[in-house]
Amino acid sequence: MKKLQYERPLIQRLNTGLMNKFGMKTEYTPHTHIDEVSVKSLIKEFGSPLFVISERTIRNTYKEANRAFKTRYPKVQFAWSYKTNYINAVCNVFHQEGSWAEVVSGFEYHKALNNGVPGSKIIFNGPDKSEDDLRAAINNESPIHIDHLDELYHLNELAVEMNKRPKVAIRVNMDTGVYPMWDRFGFNYENGQAWDAINKIILADKLDLVGLHSHIGTFMLSPSAYGVAASKLSDLALGIKKKYKKNILYLDMGGGFASKNTLKGSFLQGVDTNPNFDQFAESISTAILNAGFGTDELPLLVLETGRALIDDAGYLLGSVISNKRLSDGRRATILDFGVNVMFTSFWYDHKISPAQDFGNYTEDSVLYGPLCMNIDVIREHITLPPLKRNDHVVVHTVGAYNMTQWMQFIALRPAVVMIDLKNKVHLIRKRENLEYLEACEVKPDYLKSFKL
Amino acid sequence: MKIKKNIALSDTGFVFNPASGDSFSVNPIGLEIMKLLQENKSHDVIKKHLLETYSVDKDTIEKDFYDFAKMLEQFKVTETDEKKES
Repeated sequence: MKKLQYERPLIQRLNTGLMNKFGMKTEYTPHTHIDEVSVKSLIKEFGSPLFVISERTIRNTYKEANRAFKTRYPKVQFAWSYKTNYINAVCNVFHQEGSWAEVVSGFEYHKALNNGVPGSKIIFNGPDKSEDDLRAAINNESPIHIDHLDELYHLNELAVEMNKRPKVAIRVNMDTGVYPMWDRFGFNYENGQAWDAINKIILADKLDLVGLHSHIGTFMLSPSAYGVAASKLSDLALGIKKKYKKNILYLDMGGGFASKNTLKGSFLQGVDTNPNFDQFAESISTAILNAGFGTDELPLLVLETGRALIDDAGYLLGSVISNKRLSDGRRATILDFGVNVMFTSFWYDHKISPAQDFGNYTEDSVLYGPLCMNIDVIREHITLPPLKRNDHVVVHTVGAYNMTQWMQFIALRPAVVMIDLKNKVHLIRKRENLEYLEACEVKPDYLKSFKL
Repeated sequence: MKIKKNIALSDTGFVFNPASGDSFSVNPIGLEIMKLLQENKSHDVIKKHLLETYSVDKDTIEKDFYDFAKMLEQFKVTETDEKKES
C-alpha cells in the first residue's frame, strides 16, 4: 500500500477578536517555479542558498518605468545605479535597455567602463572621488556631480593642470517636506549654499556646469516630495539662465523610489500601498513642465532609480536546516541563508514562500539564518505551513542591495544565476570558496607554522 | 499521557476545552494522534502506526511526536498517567 504524504502534526490555539478587516495573509502560496524553471532543479544544479535574477522581470519593469516617464515628459534618460546591484550581467541588461551608468566610487566607475559604457554616459556621484578617479572622469568627459567645495576646488585645479573643461553638475539637498531630510550630500538649496557653488563654478569659468542633481532620500513613499525637489531644481536652472544666460542641460532627480517590499512595522503590504512609477512620473514631470522652461529649453530628465527597477527581479532560494521550539512555545525554523547575504531583512518583512505543495494548515514561526549570531533573524514573525528539514523556500523581492551589501561572515556568499528570456539559466556569479576568501590575505613567514 | 476526558474533539480538527473555554485547531495527523491518545494507546504504538501509515522516517516521527506531545501538554489538554505510560 502506498504511504500517505506526511505533514508534521500541529495544534494551534484559536484566538478570537484578532482578525482584521483585511482577513488572513495569503503569502503562503507555494512558489515552485521562477520563470518556468523549477526551484528544485535550480537548487539541485547550483546548490542552496542561491540568488536568482529574472531577466524578463528586469526588462518588463524597466519598460514600465520608461513608459511612465516618457509618456509624460519628452526627454528622459535612466542611468543604472551600480551600487544597487553591480553584477555585470545585471548592469548589461539595463545598458541593453538604454540605461546610462550611475556610479559612486572609483571601482564602480571602472566596472561601468569595462562593461562598455562610454565615459560620457557614466554619471559620477558620491562624496569620495580620488584624484585618479577625477582624472579618469575628466579624460572620459563623464559628468561629475560635485558633492562639496573641496571637490569643486580640486576640480578647478585639475582643469587648469590638464587643460580640460570638466563637465560637472552640483548635487543639491533641500527640504522636500519629508523626514528625515537628507542634507549630508551636496549643497543646500534653502540656505544659499547651492547658489554659492553655482556662482563659484560659473565665475571661475574652469568647469562646464551642465546639470543639477538631487537625491532626496531612500525608499520614498511620497511622490509629491519629488515634485517639490523638481520645482526647486527647476528654479535653480531658470535662475542660472536668467543670471548667466546659460542653459542647464539636465536635471537629475536621483533615485529612491520605493519598491514593492514591506517596511518593518508597516500594517499593510508594500505591494498594496507603495507608489508606482506613474505616480512618481506624474509628480516630477508636472513640476518641471510647469516651472517655466521654453519648449526648446526643457532639460533632459535623468533618473538614477535602482531599487524599484531591480528588487522584484531578485529571488533568494534556500533550504530548511531544522525546526525547533522556543522557550515560549513559538516555532522556530532555521534556514541556510542568513542576514550576511540578505542585508535587507533588517529593513523589510520580506515575502517568503514555501517552494513545495503543502496542506491547509499553517503555524506562526520565527525564521532564523544559519549564523551563530543572535542577530541572524530573517523574519521575526511569519505564518507558514509546517516546513521540514530540506524543504525549500523562496524569498521574494531581494534584487536590490543584497548582492552588493552582502558579506562573508561565518558563511560564504552564494552563487547568482540569471534566467534569460527563453528560460535558460546562466551562472552570473560563482559561489565563493575558501580560496577566494583567502586570495587577498598575506600570512607573514614567522606565522606560517606552530606547534600545539 | 492521555487526553483529558472533558476535551471535545471534532472530526474536522476542532478541539474544545469546556473547562477553560480554550479552543484549538489541529491538522489531520495531529487529530489522528489525539484520537489514538484518547483510546489510551501508548506512545510507541502511535509512533509505529504513523511510521507504517505515512511516508516518513523514524527520526522525524520521533522528533515531531515529541514536539506535538509537548504542545498538548503546554495547552493543558492532556493529563499524565504514569502507570499507563509504562
